[in-house]
Amino acid sequence: MGTAFKETKVAADAPATHKALAWVDDRFPLSKLWNDQWGKYHAPKNFNIWYLFGSLAMLVLVLQIVTGIFLTMHYKPDANLAFGSVEYIMKEVPWGWLVRYMHSTGASAFFIVVYLHMTRGLIYGSYRKPRELIWLFGFAIFLCLMAEAFFGYLLPWGQMSYWGAQVIVNLFGAIPFVGNDLSLWIRGDYVVSDATLNRFFAFHVIAIPLVLLGLVAAHLIALHEVGSSNPDGIEVKENLGPDGHGVDTIPSHPYYTTKDLFGVTMFLLIFSAVVFFAPEMGGYFLEYNNFLPADSLKTPSHIAPTWYFTPFYSVLRATTSDFMWVVMAGLAAYVVFIWLRSRLSHKVKIGITVLAVVLEIGMLPQVLDAKFWGVVLFGSSVMILATLPWLDHSPVRSIRYRPGWHKYVYGVFFVAFLVLGYLGTQLPTAAYTLIAQACTLLYFSFFLLMPWWSTMGRFKAVPTRVTFTPH
Amino acid sequence: MSKEKQVDSGRRGLLVATCAAGGVVGVSTAGVLVSTLQPSERAKAAGAPVEVDISDVKPGELKVVEWRGKPVWILRRTPEMMASLPKNDSLVADPGSNKSYQIDTPEYAKNEFRAREDHKEVLVTVGICSHLGCSPSSRFAEGAQPNLPDDWHGGFLCPCHGSTFDLAGRVFKNKPAPVNLDVPPYMYLSDNKIVIGKDEKGEA
Repeated sequence: MGTAFKETKVAADAPATHKALAWVDDRFPLSKLWNDQWGKYHAPKNFNIWYLFGSLAMLVLVLQIVTGIFLTMHYKPDANLAFGSVEYIMKEVPWGWLVRYMHSTGASAFFIVVYLHMTRGLIYGSYRKPRELIWLFGFAIFLCLMAEAFFGYLLPWGQMSYWGAQVIVNLFGAIPFVGNDLSLWIRGDYVVSDATLNRFFAFHVIAIPLVLLGLVAAHLIALHEVGSSNPDGIEVKENLGPDGHGVDTIPSHPYYTTKDLFGVTMFLLIFSAVVFFAPEMGGYFLEYNNFLPADSLKTPSHIAPTWYFTPFYSVLRATTSDFMWVVMAGLAAYVVFIWLRSRLSHKVKIGITVLAVVLEIGMLPQVLDAKFWGVVLFGSSVMILATLPWLDHSPVRSIRYRPGWHKYVYGVFFVAFLVLGYLGTQLPTAAYTLIAQACTLLYFSFFLLMPWWSTMGRFKAVPTRVTFTPH
Repeated sequence: MSKEKQVDSGRRGLLVATCAAGGVVGVSTAGVLVSTLQPSERAKAAGAPVEVDISDVKPGELKVVEWRGKPVWILRRTPEMMASLPKNDSLVADPGSNKSYQIDTPEYAKNEFRAREDHKEVLVTVGICSHLGCSPSSRFAEGAQPNLPDDWHGGFLCPCHGSTFDLAGRVFKNKPAPVNLDVPPYMYLSDNKIVIGKDEKGEA
């Protein structure tokens, strides 16, 4: 097995760097890793602005890790000291305010970049076969980011930190039988307390970041294994040139290195503007109530999660006991629809029907209350994203070659998502709740009906070569 | 088939036994790690009963004390406030407090005013919304006002998800909160002194 070790022969007068690299390459696949993962990784040449957000997410990840490390050098994860230590970082640590604002703005920037990155995947069908695992790894990264944001938000130990954590931990209390014990176990106390802060700190600074880094590696390895998709949604590997690479591809280095660097400068321009001129972003990036220390006896008059959670949070709030009747009717109609219009086998259909009947019984007000189902819908609204590769049955990947009206379907979905996001930041009123309920139905319909609507209409002919105009 | 492919059942048995033993050690270690997240002995000990002097609580006033880290409200209701309660009986989800609660409602509080008969004007309740644990705010003024129905008789509004409660801590129908506010066990040591977390039946 294998061949005997052989030192690469380098000319005696070769530069020292050359010799050093040869020495390393004989012992560790440094050049090979670089070439496989980036240097000679051939990507389609027709990437547009949407393809910047992957590398930008990587940049923000590094930024968060580096600023985070320096913040932990001054922060104290103790209920009596935490709030003060954040004030200390802001007021007394030299340049501490800048590091903290970079970290807090970085959190919001991370979500902006990742939401745009996911939108790209959605409109160009990047998650379609054979890229399902890339999407799933990416989805897991998104979950980790949400966990990071949630755990990190408790650390300043302000009013919003405290009550936000209280609300989310109590979500688990809605689970029948074990719920209350589960939330007690998560908090480590009868209320959110020092024990909770200490463990959230551990999750925020070490447990989740480790998982996150592993998932990022898996996401990139999977991507570089199957190759990138592109705005035309065609497989560039099907049209190879004499060098064995797709005729429509270019090596990432230097072509996409320079393109990404331009994206990075544009991003940093906006990012710095926010860090220096609007780090609180009108209460959206840093909520004003969080400038008050946590008080376990008094809930702020208006508590709302940070903006990146509000679409899902609106789904939770929209689930009232009246709305459950609508959900039950919707579920029943969906099962009838599956029987009439799906090509699934009878076995699967019967399975779905049995599951639906169990759910319908559970949704009766006498069985499980709306609070539990609110939590279920809240969780489902996030988890349903993972199923996209199996819901989309469109014969083409990219929106460019889909029927024109598909754009409106996506449009309605994005509007519903944004409206849910806006409503989540507002106090609930009767009218807002109705709108949130309508948007919740639209949100879920987009996904659940996708197997049908994604195949409907007249699709345009997909070209064999990518659309590209040299500049 | 060649001889090397044959399984040595003695070695295979040993392999299975070793893996099983290793698995037991692994699972128990994971169990230990998971258990460390439970409330510590110190956290459990902090849940002792609290004595409160209520002589300074005037009619219509609310006093907040801490018990097990949670806010407990002591509200001395005025006669008008007491009169508002029967009007809500048909509007609240569980008028008799018969559902199951995080803290079982004591027998003496399973009534319209959710308080002890001998001091029925004094409401003692945990000020934590049964939805997701926010602390509702006092909205004692009657009549129409933002986020409240027009026929409002006074009560509490949860700022998080808009659940409303009457002046006995009973939740109104079709709100995110499934059940009423918890009434902790409590008893009077004298007319103006109560102890929370303890009654004739013992400590909660």
